[in-house]
Amino acid sequence: MPPPRTRGTALRHRLAELRGPDVPAKALDARALAALAANPGCARRAILDGAGVNKAALASALGSPSAFGQSQFALTRGNAFEAKVKADGGAELLRLVHEKLDRSAEPPAEARVPDLTATGPQGRTARTALELREAAAHPGAWTLLDHPMLALDVAGSPAFLEPDAVVVHPDGSWTVVEIKSFPLLDGSADPAKVGAAARQAAVYVLALEEVAARLDPSPRVRHRILLVCPRDFSNLPAASAVDIRKQRAVTARQLTRLTRIEDIAEALPEGTCFSPELPADELTAAVESVPATYAPECLSACELAFHCRARSRETGAVTSLGRPVRAELGGLTTVEDVLAAARGEAGDPADPAVAALRRAAALRAEALEAACR
Amino acid sequence: MSLISTLARLEAVSTGRAQPAATVRHRHLSDRPLVFVPLTTAGEAGAPLGALVGTDRDAPRLLVVPQPRDRDLRFAFLAELADVVLPYVDAFAEVVEAAERTETDPETGKRVKVEVDLCADAPQLIVPSRGGIDLVRLLGRSMRFRRTAEQDPEAPYPAPPRVPLLGRWLTHFGERARVPGSSLLLAMTDVLGRHWATGQSTLEDQHLGALLAWIDPPEGLTGAEAALRAELERDAQGQLTCPPAGPATDPAFDNKLLAPAIERYDRARTALAAAEDGLEADDRLGALTAAEREIRDLVRSRTLPTWEKVWQGLDLLRELPEGAHVEERWTRDRWSFTGHRDRVLAGEPPQPRRDDAVTAANKLATREREQARLEAQEALDDLLVMAGRRLSGEAFAGEVTDVVMAYNEGKRPSPRPLVTVRTDDRPHLGERTKVYRSLGGKPQSAEFVGAEEDGGYVVLRILDKMGRGKEPEPGSVPEKGERVCFTLFEHEQRGGAKLPDPEETPWTHGGPPGEATLEAADPVTAEDLL
Amino acid sequence: MTTLFDPSAAAAQATDAILHDTLHGTARGVVVDSPPGAGKSTLVVRAALELAEAGHPLMVVAQTNAQVDDLVLRLAEKNPELPVGRLHSSDADPYDKALDDLENVRKSAKAADLAGLAVVISTAAKWAHVKADEPWRYAIVDEAYQMRSDALLAVAGLFERALFVGDPGQLDPFAIVGSEQWAGLTYDPSASAVTTLLAHNPDLPQHRLPVSWRLPASAAPLVSDAFYPYTPFRSGTGHDDRRLSFAVPSDGSGPDRVIDEAAESGWGLLELPARHTPRTDPEAVRAVATVVRRLLDRGGAATSERSPDPAPLTADRIAVGTAHRDQAAAVRAALADLGVTDVVVDTANRLQGREYDVTVVLHPLSGRPDATAFHLETGRLCVLASRHRHACVVVCRAGVGDLLDDYPSTEPVQLGTVVKFPDGWEANHAVLAHLAEHRVEWRP
Repeated sequence: MPPPRTRGTALRHRLAELRGPDVPAKALDARALAALAANPGCARRAILDGAGVNKAALASALGSPSAFGQSQFALTRGNAFEAKVKADGGAELLRLVHEKLDRSAEPPAEARVPDLTATGPQGRTARTALELREAAAHPGAWTLLDHPMLALDVAGSPAFLEPDAVVVHPDGSWTVVEIKSFPLLDGSADPAKVGAAARQAAVYVLALEEVAARLDPSPRVRHRILLVCPRDFSNLPAASAVDIRKQRAVTARQLTRLTRIEDIAEALPEGTCFSPELPADELTAAVESVPATYAPECLSACELAFHCRARSRETGAVTSLGRPVRAELGGLTTVEDVLAAARGEAGDPADPAVAALRRAAALRAEALEAACR
Repeated sequence: MSLISTLARLEAVSTGRAQPAATVRHRHLSDRPLVFVPLTTAGEAGAPLGALVGTDRDAPRLLVVPQPRDRDLRFAFLAELADVVLPYVDAFAEVVEAAERTETDPETGKRVKVEVDLCADAPQLIVPSRGGIDLVRLLGRSMRFRRTAEQDPEAPYPAPPRVPLLGRWLTHFGERARVPGSSLLLAMTDVLGRHWATGQSTLEDQHLGALLAWIDPPEGLTGAEAALRAELERDAQGQLTCPPAGPATDPAFDNKLLAPAIERYDRARTALAAAEDGLEADDRLGALTAAEREIRDLVRSRTLPTWEKVWQGLDLLRELPEGAHVEERWTRDRWSFTGHRDRVLAGEPPQPRRDDAVTAANKLATREREQARLEAQEALDDLLVMAGRRLSGEAFAGEVTDVVMAYNEGKRPSPRPLVTVRTDDRPHLGERTKVYRSLGGKPQSAEFVGAEEDGGYVVLRILDKMGRGKEPEPGSVPEKGERVCFTLFEHEQRGGAKLPDPEETPWTHGGPPGEATLEAADPVTAEDLL
Repeated sequence: MTTLFDPSAAAAQATDAILHDTLHGTARGVVVDSPPGAGKSTLVVRAALELAEAGHPLMVVAQTNAQVDDLVLRLAEKNPELPVGRLHSSDADPYDKALDDLENVRKSAKAADLAGLAVVISTAAKWAHVKADEPWRYAIVDEAYQMRSDALLAVAGLFERALFVGDPGQLDPFAIVGSEQWAGLTYDPSASAVTTLLAHNPDLPQHRLPVSWRLPASAAPLVSDAFYPYTPFRSGTGHDDRRLSFAVPSDGSGPDRVIDEAAESGWGLLELPARHTPRTDPEAVRAVATVVRRLLDRGGAATSERSPDPAPLTADRIAVGTAHRDQAAAVRAALADLGVTDVVVDTANRLQGREYDVTVVLHPLSGRPDATAFHLETGRLCVLASRHRHACVVVCRAGVGDLLDDYPSTEPVQLGTVVKFPDGWEANHAVLAHLAEHRVEWRP
């Protein structure tokens, strides 16, 4: 059951306040989705993304700018490749969809490629929904939606998403297409990058499912998406179907959990605001008022990571050395606590973590001493 | 992560300096390694931008592709790379010693010893980080199927003569690097990370500059401060003062410095092509040379700091004494190198795109065996590694408190002495668990007989290496008061079963792969960028 | 119950179809999926006897020496006259001494010594060293889902056709080094033997045993839904067929209450307060030991279709399962402190294929600060949750739900590989949700 209207409005209002006056909400882009997957338990990331705060601007304002940037070479190459894939009314793209996902269908000799231009994200979302409905009225035809816009309800406010393409099959089902510029070399591709693409596509699938649910009969959104990459060392397109059922299930659950941001927002001090316009110390205090669960994996996923890392190191958190470090430390969470326990200065020797630490310290010392001799 | 290495990292945090993770060096280092510091162009698969390469720390060879999209310039780069790498490789291929190898006689099917050549030493390629190893593989893959004009006069874009051969060698180096404990191709970050524990995560250790900052911080800085500087410090132009070890470049470098320089180069080249007379051409050639030099300077400026760091890493590693089993593993590398040399000499085709079922299974079996071997040897060579195994219950050390002579039953009773060891370790011993200790470099086995109720004492029965007589040979049984260390893991690895030949691949695995065909070169189209 | 499901008939029908395909079919292979306790061993023994009776020399491939010895004993029990060869390694004590008492079982480390016997049984590792001039007409490959593809490659040349039997829900085989290089290849050497077999022979007849005779009616639906979503199975018994009762009434303590809950409903979750602990969490270990002690002290009796008269719940009918060896060692020590020495305590890997009346499980994620792929592995939880005939008590600290939700989902994806279902993360959530209905909170 959706939350009562008034509560949803109140939350939206509260999130707008957190963003700061006149600061537009940032769309939930691929990076935010990556951060969600890399650290779903982080309250700081949850509230900032939920409120649509521009974390890159925030990080710069905090004095710990993010290190993400894109080389113009990569950008040029990526755009050129996407244009090539979609050339001729998407003939090659549709051929790949047919070959990899829907061989029993009629080959796409010609396809409908509706114009999706409209004003603003809301307008484009409506336009996309309209064209999807329209496609349902053309059974037996292939339809290619080039850069459609989808909205996904994230914690009560809409996040806008822009897949590279969505294809409507002759049987009325929908396929998400992801076009990436990493190569498909001898049939395999960088698994980390494919994983990220699959998680991104899973979000698009969820958003499409919401659109589909509003149609009667509801079209099927396929759970195998098409990943299109350059083949080997060329810029010729090659494609592979990717089963995203797992990613879809995990992301769906994580997105429903984002409703927690209501609780997080409520726990924030009155007047908290994350606007990059604020003085650095005020901003720091605001950010510190939400707990973060920093881990080194954040460095490749979240704009705020350098800030959180500095804080994590300051407090001596052992997780700044990696999540697995905690595994055998039980309730000990700081560097000094662990070292004190290992040296025998603190800790209950009956605690197996403390006992193991002392044994480890003794064995290590014995080995180093013997090696010096 | 074992608790001992966790502790080392935490101590590094607390002391501001990396702590030892090993007391000896576990990888072979060549006296004359070939260091390779490559850079690539963002957004394209393995498209080289440039590299520093060479065996002389003071005289690296700079190779640059001034316009990475130009196929001819790329080929020129690869040809130059071949001119550096192949003579280096050939120098090792030429010096051989006689060695014995067991082979199956094709006529009798019996295992017989044959005398063969073994290269006396092998080349060693060092790259800054794991990305460098991936690039070596990628370059190998991109070159080994290329055809030269000599091989195929019809080839639309023939490769320079030695480029396919370089591809085969780089492929071999890249493939060998997947074998645990091998040293033909090493990433400096991996080797340093094996020997030191820093106060940062293993992810952050992938940054060569930050890793070295912890191991060998500059005067007056803690490891943490120096590492942070290496990671993030930028100059007035917004460029990282410690450029990433590559092969990827910093986007700020691409956008602010490299792209404009390449654009100037392109313009100069277009202008030169449009020159109408010799004089104009001379002028414009000068402009082109200047533009090219500018790109070369840029590439040098981004690779030279990393080049220095790789050599600094080598210096640090050379200070550690070499582990006792390192040479044995290097001999396996020499065999691997000799084997590939022989395949090339025999005119065999390049390595296929993908392994067949039997090759894949054989490689996996080899690597699993090498992994087990590496783990055992590192523990035997290094007390600190052994400490980790003792902590996890896979080994124990202590003092012999009692030795009772005993014999097995049989026609000719053999000695099976019972040895009591006092230990503070807590090995995972069960009924008749086999344990091993190193006796003159060979494993001696014993079995667990029992323990005292409250732990602390372990009784073992020694099973072998005591000679053929009724009395054990002197020194073959531990004596009272002697310090001993037993492991629950075996010291030597048994060879696995022989798999069928590829042409005998069974129906469960798709049957024989068929005649090996020469793999076609990648199709080249006019619009391709590589 | 108005359904007309007759478990015996369904199981018999499946078995008949399997035997028919094996003995009279034309395909070179037959694959049988067998969920926990569905009578896999019975099927293997029966197929072996029928093939032998039909005069077909048969080789049997199992994965461990214990499995091989167990099969030899079962075969001899069914047909003491059958000449069976036990091919073994040349290590010390290579086989179970009980085999020495069997007259028609010949044992040797050399395959040639066993030539001509109706059935020859060994491990995959030993078979890999055998060279045969003439391949066997038939083979049975047991625990085929726990066998690696490269192990099958080494032995498949020894037989012409084979029956592959195994449980797809248990722990997958693994490699100790990376094998990503071959991911997506049909013959990836680190994949399971069945995966490779079916990739190359997609038309082989595939069967499954539809009835678990081990799992009670209270457990089969959960285990089936959580771990076998696309190949469901049912319990062979109804809710009223099994009963667990205790002579000594509850003393009101947490362990006693969770025992009663489990006796009543088949499941019990003894939940300790949330806390991050090392693996050998002393409180949780003690709680496990206490539950076992009370199970023995309270005079338990199990009634089932096998024994209409209540059979006493003795130490040999109880097992404790853990994820790690050091946890098992800690539980053993804690049990010894309470005077219990004869209850099996082992890790999931070693409990595969075993069966007890009651199991007590230390939840793999209990008290952990982080979840890892190891702890989320579907097969691990599946093994731990499917060893019991009557009841399963899980001991766990609170907070595992949040731990699962906070688990980073950044797994790499290899193109061309078949996505394995169910996902460990989802299966863990499913089991946790079910256990929550049988929760007893306890502060020791």
